[in-house]
Amino acid sequence: MPSLGADMDAGTVVEWRVHPGDAVHRGDVVAVIDTDKSDIDAEVFEDGVIGELLVGEGEKVPVGTPLATIVAASAAPATPEVTAPPPAAVPDTTPEAPPRRSRARGARGRVVSPVVRRLARARGVDTTALAGTGAGEVVTRHDVEVARPRALRPLVSPRARALAAREAVDAAALHGTGPNGAVIGADVLSARSAVEAVPTAPRPPRGDSMQQRIASLMERANREIPHYWVTRDIDFSRASSWLSAYNATRPPAERCVAAALLLTATARAAAAVAGFNGHYVDGAYRPADSVELGIVVVVREGGLLVPVLHDAATLTVAETMAQMGDVVRRARSGHLRSSEVAQPTISVSNLGDQGADEVLAVIYPPQVALVGFGRVRERPWAEGGLLGVRPVVTASLAGDHRVSDGHQASRLLAAIDDALQHPESLEEVTP
Amino acid sequence: MTAVREEAGAVDTTTYRDAMRDALRDALRDDERVFLMGEDVGRYGGCFAVSMGLLEEFGPERVRDTPLSESAFVGAGIGAALGGLRPIVEIMTVNFSLLALDQIMNNAATLLHMSGGQFNVPLVIRMTTGAGRQLAAQHSHSLEGWYTHIPGIKVLAPATIDDARGMLRPALDDPDPVLIFEHGSLYNASGPLTGEWRTCDIAHAAVRRPGDDVTLLTYGGTLGVTLDAAEALAQHGIDAEVVDLRVLRPLDDATIIDSVARTHRAVVVDEGWRTLSLAAEVSARIMEQAFWELDAPVERVCSAEVPMPYARHLEQAALPQPAAIVAAARRTVGRDG
Repeated sequence: MPSLGADMDAGTVVEWRVHPGDAVHRGDVVAVIDTDKSDIDAEVFEDGVIGELLVGEGEKVPVGTPLATIVAASAAPATPEVTAPPPAAVPDTTPEAPPRRSRARGARGRVVSPVVRRLARARGVDTTALAGTGAGEVVTRHDVEVARPRALRPLVSPRARALAAREAVDAAALHGTGPNGAVIGADVLSARSAVEAVPTAPRPPRGDSMQQRIASLMERANREIPHYWVTRDIDFSRASSWLSAYNATRPPAERCVAAALLLTATARAAAAVAGFNGHYVDGAYRPADSVELGIVVVVREGGLLVPVLHDAATLTVAETMAQMGDVVRRARSGHLRSSEVAQPTISVSNLGDQGADEVLAVIYPPQVALVGFGRVRERPWAEGGLLGVRPVVTASLAGDHRVSDGHQASRLLAAIDDALQHPESLEEVTP
Repeated sequence: MTAVREEAGAVDTTTYRDAMRDALRDALRDDERVFLMGEDVGRYGGCFAVSMGLLEEFGPERVRDTPLSESAFVGAGIGAALGGLRPIVEIMTVNFSLLALDQIMNNAATLLHMSGGQFNVPLVIRMTTGAGRQLAAQHSHSLEGWYTHIPGIKVLAPATIDDARGMLRPALDDPDPVLIFEHGSLYNASGPLTGEWRTCDIAHAAVRRPGDDVTLLTYGGTLGVTLDAAEALAQHGIDAEVVDLRVLRPLDDATIIDSVARTHRAVVVDEGWRTLSLAAEVSARIMEQAFWELDAPVERVCSAEVPMPYARHLEQAALPQPAAIVAAARRTVGRDG
């Protein structure tokens, strides 16, 4: 069961899209998962052939539970199982897929000294799978000592085993927080409470459950994140003119809306100004390499969804428009794919459609920033000593004071402003 | 003076050495059958000055210097005990006790059994143990664990001033041989004497610091470093419980298991050598009785398996230190990164 959001503890397999024996490729949709927020199309991350479906339709299981086995396409039928799909939250104690990827080396293979070989054998470490840090990439004793030995079976503490037996929980499928990633008693207890908290039948009305989850996430945000807010009025006249000219020459399907410009400008600004794109986890800020831009979408049944635009800083405005339209439509119809609800690194809330002038939002943990846009409205605007009426949008930034400050936040809003003053630049791919 | 103030119920500050001496004085005064004997316990006042002044106070019949023959004077103690007296035999240090091991193990520990229950041996043997004073490999070892192997005797390890003051009386009251191990590094320890010593027993372990995350089990000379480690662990957000075993034979399984069943993790700190140590026995009992409560393998922090070095830095390196205890405890909670 993949983790389809930081607040997801368990999910229900609504429908299998594959059967044992089906060949699958990375990215194929294999199942539909109900997360209480939405039905999500779960993708597979491996190429291979479906072996066995381990969880039946309608069954609710904790995150990390293997859903099915995949047999490597090239391997003999006797190949042991691997878990699938392996999401970010899969326990790292699950059996690994043999054969282990061995680093391609010269014909003679690598020289491993007798003492290292003996140590590796004693510790159950495969030296061919290690990156050597010695001279000439030779595997050293230290490399073996710090390597995690092959997990012959998932590490589950005696207490966790006893509790799991009592509570009828599959401990081996849980994410372990003990020594060497072992599943310990507390992991079993929290998995049990996660399942208990969400009874499988009757299925609760989705809106209520989602509302509860949003409530608990927002409570956590308000409890943990020292928020601050910065706003900036942005002259939208150049952007409006550019949009009119852009759309005038295109068929309706290819036309652009203001939101696409705002998202593109935000994604590029988030990539350019440090301190807003990433996660705050275990007491430290971890900047992300790419901008996974979350779009806050209101769902008709009530509640919110935050689908993601992948690597949004590299998208042109036209690409942003196309992808945004697609994911928002599918979010509202309940057909998001699992990779599209992966944890965003920064989110945007655009309440312009709802008529709000500005948005002072609460950050979705573990993210560290949320950019808000109000409606584009005509306002008196003074510039160069002259007063005029221009379309204006108020951009706001909710920041996490553990990570950034108002100075950086002002720079981020200035970068968004700058991009919107040069909308033609958003047509191009970023360097 | 000290005794007078204590009897008034006031908390007083004293040393481990003085507490031991006060306990001996009480015993000699309260029971005419009690006498103290050993090498240099009389005129010299004891190798570690524990019996200083007792010869003058009680005379040479009750405080007797003996020849340098552990086998002879321990044997004499066994005979006196069989004859109805209550001897307290002091052996200078634990390594010399090996010269009397035949008497302790083959006679004192077995006579009740071999006489078909006719002869108890109400003998108390005190000895100094442990390292930390640069006395090198012949005077620094911790061999308590060896004695805990022997059925028929009790083995005590007073680690606090109250236990130094209070354990002798119940040891003398016990009808069978009792060995008291006094860690040499503790004699100068000073601190408050609470009233606890008056109700001291020789049956139970003691929780010296309550905690929820990991149980640190220790005794004798390593109680101090273990408490230090617990404070350091608190800085890491790990709430360690410290259990002072106190009575090394018979072990108080109930207190040990109760604590581990709450914390689900255990580190045994033992100044003895690791192999076949008392720590090994404690670990085995946890495995036998609390296996299904464990969230991590039991860790042991013991002395390096070398004859105790003389050089101070080497001696300290060979002994259990707070950093090693902290590291072991962090491994049990999965926070060794």
